Amino acid sequence: MDAASLAAYAALFLTAAVKAGTPLLYATLGETITERSGNLNLGVEGMMLMGAVAGFQFGLITRNPLFALTAAMLAASLGSLIFAFLTVTLRANQVVSGLSLTIFGAGIAGFIGQKLSGQVVPASVKAWFYPVKIPLLGDIPGIGQILFNHDILIYLSYMLAIGLGIYLFNTRKGLNLRAVGENPAAADAAGIGVSLYKYVHILAGGALCGLGGAYLSLVYVPAWQENITAGRGWIAVALVIFVAWNPYKALLGAFFFGGLDILGLYLQKFDIKVSQYIINMLPYIVTILVLVFTSIKKSKENAPPKALGVPYFREDR
Amino acid sequence: MLRISKRTDLTKKQYIQLRLAAVIMALFTSGIFILIMGQNPAAIYFAMLQGAFGSFYGLRETIIMTIPLVITSLGISTAFKMKFWNIGAEGQIYMGAFAASYFALNHHDMPKPFLLLVMAAASIAGGGLWALIPGFFKARFGTNETLFTLMMNYIAIKWITYLQYGPWKDPNAKGFPIIAAFKETAILPGFMGIHIGLIIALALVALMHIFMYHTKKGYEISVIGESENTARYAGMNVKKIIVAAILLSGGLCGLAGMIQASGVHGTLSVDVSGGIGYTAIITTWLGQLSPALIMLVSFLFAALVQGGSYIQTVFQIPQAAASILQGMILFFVLGSEFFIQYKINFKKEGI
Repeated sequence: MDAASLAAYAALFLTAAVKAGTPLLYATLGETITERSGNLNLGVEGMMLMGAVAGFQFGLITRNPLFALTAAMLAASLGSLIFAFLTVTLRANQVVSGLSLTIFGAGIAGFIGQKLSGQVVPASVKAWFYPVKIPLLGDIPGIGQILFNHDILIYLSYMLAIGLGIYLFNTRKGLNLRAVGENPAAADAAGIGVSLYKYVHILAGGALCGLGGAYLSLVYVPAWQENITAGRGWIAVALVIFVAWNPYKALLGAFFFGGLDILGLYLQKFDIKVSQYIINMLPYIVTILVLVFTSIKKSKENAPPKALGVPYFREDR
Repeated sequence: MLRISKRTDLTKKQYIQLRLAAVIMALFTSGIFILIMGQNPAAIYFAMLQGAFGSFYGLRETIIMTIPLVITSLGISTAFKMKFWNIGAEGQIYMGAFAASYFALNHHDMPKPFLLLVMAAASIAGGGLWALIPGFFKARFGTNETLFTLMMNYIAIKWITYLQYGPWKDPNAKGFPIIAAFKETAILPGFMGIHIGLIIALALVALMHIFMYHTKKGYEISVIGESENTARYAGMNVKKIIVAAILLSGGLCGLAGMIQASGVHGTLSVDVSGGIGYTAIITTWLGQLSPALIMLVSFLFAALVQGGSYIQTVFQIPQAAASILQGMILFFVLGSEFFIQYKINFKKEGI
């Protein structure tokens, strides 16, 4: 393979990596704001499945992508509402509640999805998600094709990542949210509504996980298959740690993990015999390395929110 | 106005009533869902009971499913007692099964009792070491163990997948990605279709009960869970106890992996655990870290799963319906915990 075709092949790979990273990005952004509120919701996989099945089902019925995406967000945030009620109001264990949500969500998706197997997304919905080249930006050699020649949901995910970054680091409310995740008692004393913040961000986080699921069933695949998320919810949980609870870094991290997801496929062309199963380990290994290095360096910036996983009871103070 | 305060006056009867109420509410809520989906909930519940307990075959399957749940939960409870949130049981099961399988596949000419003992020891070491990696970093650097152990699960599963599709693939399987079946010497003996793991599980429940409540070491573990500083002040070697307890925790999970591979599946595969490690977290928590309660909860949970697979074959209702019911029961039982721990006082405004 000569240099020019190698570059073209690499661009093709990177373009596919962005697409493969998009469902991860949505879920990661969702879990990031959830965990920033101090709640570890391990139900990502379940919420993605609920979003995927609701989006697909409503896409079939209404043939309208907006209804489909709304349904996906609503379904998944309904799941996260159960989690929020259990962990915030009833103070249940977060890990167990999250795992239960994954079982529940997988059950819902399996039950409804049984009648959807093999169905494909209607053309009127599909048409909405064709790649659109962005004028000017899309013409930059290399980068234009890789980043700016995609469907509308990918552009939305860029904007969302940047918007959430600004929200988290440059607004009053974002500061409050971080305070709730770091030290809820102090936040409470400062007059911040701890429970309200937790509820809002768990629900919004759920909605984003739902969007990630719907991206899989409506755009990425786009047909219904059993267990359509195939563990991507768990990769998103890893990714949140990898990007240190930072939406900006999530943008890059998701494309990196998305690239790893499809790397084996693209390496076949070079006769490089690396098992995809070994490559599939890499996201988790690098995540562990990040986790270990942050704890060794005691870096405050990249550490988990201090109160992550710890329930907050005002009465117990 | 609502005031919430800690509850200290709960009787055993009230406790059981609260739990039962939670399950009944879960059955009711799921029933509405099943009704909307056009099925008769009463018939489905009855069929699930029948599937889990109604025949010798069903009861046997329920018991076989209970065994790894109990052993894994006992392992998890050891870590949870120390407030080491080990959610890596799934990976520890796989690594235990992997270590045992290495001997089963390569040294099957050893005498059977000896081979089985070697496999058990290997599985305990495999699971224990897999848990020790996050344990070491937790003890040394304070690395978050919940997230670490969770990541370790996926590495273990990918590793087994790699073996199954790669170097350990059976060349005689006509291209199917499976690992060769264990020879007879590596299969756990049994009686009436139930492998000897049942006895191991029952013995472990008794041993763990004694260990946790009636030995110095067991007591030390719970002291560390309450407060590491207290333990240090009392002169305990905290780091050493933590390491030993984590090895025990992972080791028991690993043993469950060996039992599944040798007693149930007859070989190593990516289905050897199939989520037992996660379900066991739930049963451990609901069993309140008490060995006897864990055994009861595991049995009930196994019945739910077995009943679920029965309705699939009889009613052609997808097994997913059972997952919905599982999730629903968990939600309500988790919710009921609040009413066990706290009481709500209604007070007039202005006091």
